[in-house]
Amino acid sequence: MADNDKIVAEKKEENRYYKWLASMIIPVLAVITGLLVGAIFMLAIGRDPVQAYIVLFNSAFGSLNGFAETLVNTTPLIFTGLAVAFAFRTGLFNIGGDGQFLIGYIASTWLGFFFQLPLFIHLPLALLGGMVAAGLWGGFAGLLKAKLGVHEVITTIMMNYIALYLVSYLTGGPLKASGFMPATPKIADTAKLMRLLPFGRLNAGFIVALVAAYIVYYILWRTTLGYEIRAVGLNPNAAEYGGIKAARNMILAMFISGCLAGLAGVTQSLGLEFRAYQPFGFIGYGFTGIAVALLGKNHPAGVVLGAFLFGILQRGSMLMQSIAGVPKEVIEIIQAIIILFVAAEYLFTLLSNRIKKYRKETSDVN
Amino acid sequence: MLINNIISLLNTSLRMAAPLILAALGGVFSERSGVINIALEGIMLISAFMAMVGSYLTGNPWIGVLAAVFFGGLVAAVHAFVSIHLKANQVVSGTAINIFAAGVTSFMLRVMFESAGQSPSVTKVKDWTLPIINDIPILGDILGKHTPFVYISLILVVFSYWLLFKTPFGLRVRSVGEHPAAADSVGINVYKIRYIAVIMSGLFAGLAGASLSIGLLDLFVENMTSGRGFIALAAMIFGKWTPQGALLAALLFGFADALQMLAQTMGLSFIPRQFLLMAPYILTILALAGVIGSANPPAADGESYEKE
Repeated sequence: MADNDKIVAEKKEENRYYKWLASMIIPVLAVITGLLVGAIFMLAIGRDPVQAYIVLFNSAFGSLNGFAETLVNTTPLIFTGLAVAFAFRTGLFNIGGDGQFLIGYIASTWLGFFFQLPLFIHLPLALLGGMVAAGLWGGFAGLLKAKLGVHEVITTIMMNYIALYLVSYLTGGPLKASGFMPATPKIADTAKLMRLLPFGRLNAGFIVALVAAYIVYYILWRTTLGYEIRAVGLNPNAAEYGGIKAARNMILAMFISGCLAGLAGVTQSLGLEFRAYQPFGFIGYGFTGIAVALLGKNHPAGVVLGAFLFGILQRGSMLMQSIAGVPKEVIEIIQAIIILFVAAEYLFTLLSNRIKKYRKETSDVN
Repeated sequence: MLINNIISLLNTSLRMAAPLILAALGGVFSERSGVINIALEGIMLISAFMAMVGSYLTGNPWIGVLAAVFFGGLVAAVHAFVSIHLKANQVVSGTAINIFAAGVTSFMLRVMFESAGQSPSVTKVKDWTLPIINDIPILGDILGKHTPFVYISLILVVFSYWLLFKTPFGLRVRSVGEHPAAADSVGINVYKIRYIAVIMSGLFAGLAGASLSIGLLDLFVENMTSGRGFIALAAMIFGKWTPQGALLAALLFGFADALQMLAQTMGLSFIPRQFLLMAPYILTILALAGVIGSANPPAADGESYEKE
C-alpha cells in the first residue's frame, strides 16, 4: 500500500517534470528561431552572425561590470513583463505599459525633487507614490472595461499617447528646471535608490524588481484575490456564477498591472537618471514587456528569465553595432520574431498533428 | 490676415488628414471582418520606407507608391495568416509586426544609406491641381491643389462606403465580423473573406505610408509614423467603424494637428501644443465611454473563428 502511494507520488512528480519541460519547448524554439532570423539578416548584409552573437554573449558575461549593466537593462523589463503577465492572468491585455511607465516616471520624480524629507520617508514616498499614480492610470482602463465594456487594448493605447504628451508638457513647462534642457530639476539625495556596487549603475531598483516578482507570485497563487483573478481570467462568466465579482477584479488587476509597469518608470528616475527628461517617443519597455510575458508564460519566474534574455539583447545590441558592425535594430527584429512564434503556438500544434498523421499513415501502410 | 490663416489652417488639416483617412479605411475593413488590426502603425511605417526606396531606385515616385501598396498588402497578409490561420491573439500579432516594422526600417536605413535618422531626399509625388475648383476663391485655396493622396483618400471613402454597404461582398465582410458561425452556415467562406479584408487594410495602410514619405515629405525619417497608425485606429473607432465616420473623425484629428502646427509656427501659446496633440486620443476615449455618442465594435471583433 505504502509502496503504491510512493509510486503514485513518483509518477505525479515525473508528470510535473514533463509538463514543466513541455512548457519550455515553445519559448526555447521561439528564441532559437528569433536568433536564426536575426542571423539571416546579418548574413544578408555581409556580417558574421557568429561573431555578432559572441560579442552579444561577452557583453553580458564577459565581465562583472557587463553583467551588472545587463541587470540594469533587465530591471525595467521585469516590471513591464510582470505588468503584462498579471493582466493576462485576468484575461486582460495591458498594452499601456509605456504610458504607465511615463506616469510613474514623472510622479516619482516630482515627489523626489519637490519634498525635503528624511531618507526613510522620502524614498518610500517617491517609490510608492509614483507606483500608485501609474496604478490609477492603468486602473482607469480597467474601470472603463468593467463598467462600460470598453476594450482595454484601445483605451490603454490611447492613454499611452495621452501620457506621452502630458509628460512632454510637464517636463517642458510647469515642472521644467531653469536652464536650456527640457527636464525637471534633480531629485533630492534622500529619494535616490542606492547603488549596489562601487562601480556602474546597478541599483536597488533591481532588488525591488525581484521582490515585485515574488509578490506577484504570492498574490496569484497564495491569496484569495489571486485565485479570483485567475478564475476570472479562465472564465469570467463561471467566476461570476461562483460568486466572484468579475468587474471588481478587472479594475484591481489593471490597477496592480499599472503599478508594476509604473515601477519601471519609478526606478528609471530614482535609480538611474535622478530627474525626468522630456520624452520624444516611447522607450518601448511596455511593448518589450509583452514579449517578456509571453516568453515567460505569464509566470513571475518566467518573466524574470525572459526579462534577463531581453536585457542581454538590449545591452549587447550597442556593442554588436560598434564591434561587429551589425545595426542594433536587429534586436527588434529578433524580438518581433520571438513574439510572433510564441503567439502562434498553434503552428507547433498543427505541425505535430501533421507529423503524427503522417506517421500513422505510414505505419498503416506497413 | 485672419482669413489667410484660416484658409491655410483648413488646407493643412486636409493634408494632415489624408494619411489618417487612408489608414482608418483600412482599419474599417479589417475590423468589420472581425480582425483587430493594431498593426496599421507598423504597416504604414514599412510602406513609407518602401515608397521612399521605390522612388529612390527608379526616380519615379509612382513606382514608390506601388511598392508601398504591395508591401502593405504583404505585411497585412502575414498578420492575416497568423491571426486567422494560426489563431494567435490578434493584438499580440499586431504588436509583433509593429516592433518588427520599427526594427527592420531602421536596420535597412543604416544598411542602405549608412546613416541613422533619415534617408536622402527622393522625388516626391507631384501635387495635383483641380481644374475649375482651383480658380474659385477660398475654396480653391483650400481644396484646389494638394498631393494626389488627398484626392485619392476622398475617392476611396466613397468607394469603401459603396463596397461595404452596397455590394454582396460588403455584406459578407460585415456578417463575418458580426456572427461568423451564422455566416458560415449560409455558405460564406469566413477565412477567405477575412483574408481579403485584412489584406485590403494593408493596401490602404500602404497608401497611407506612401503619403507620408513621398507625399507630405520627400524622404523617410526613422519612426516617421509616430503614432499615426494608432490615431487612424482612433479615427476608425470615433467614426463608429464606418468609412464616412472615419473620414469625419480623421478630418477633425487632422484639424487638431494643423492647429498645433500653426500655433507653433506663429509662436502662439494660448494652449500648449501637447494638449492639441492628445486631443484625438481623449476624444476617442470619451466616445468609447459613451460620453460622446456611442461606439460599439463589430460583435466578433478580435475573435478567431474555428470552423466546425
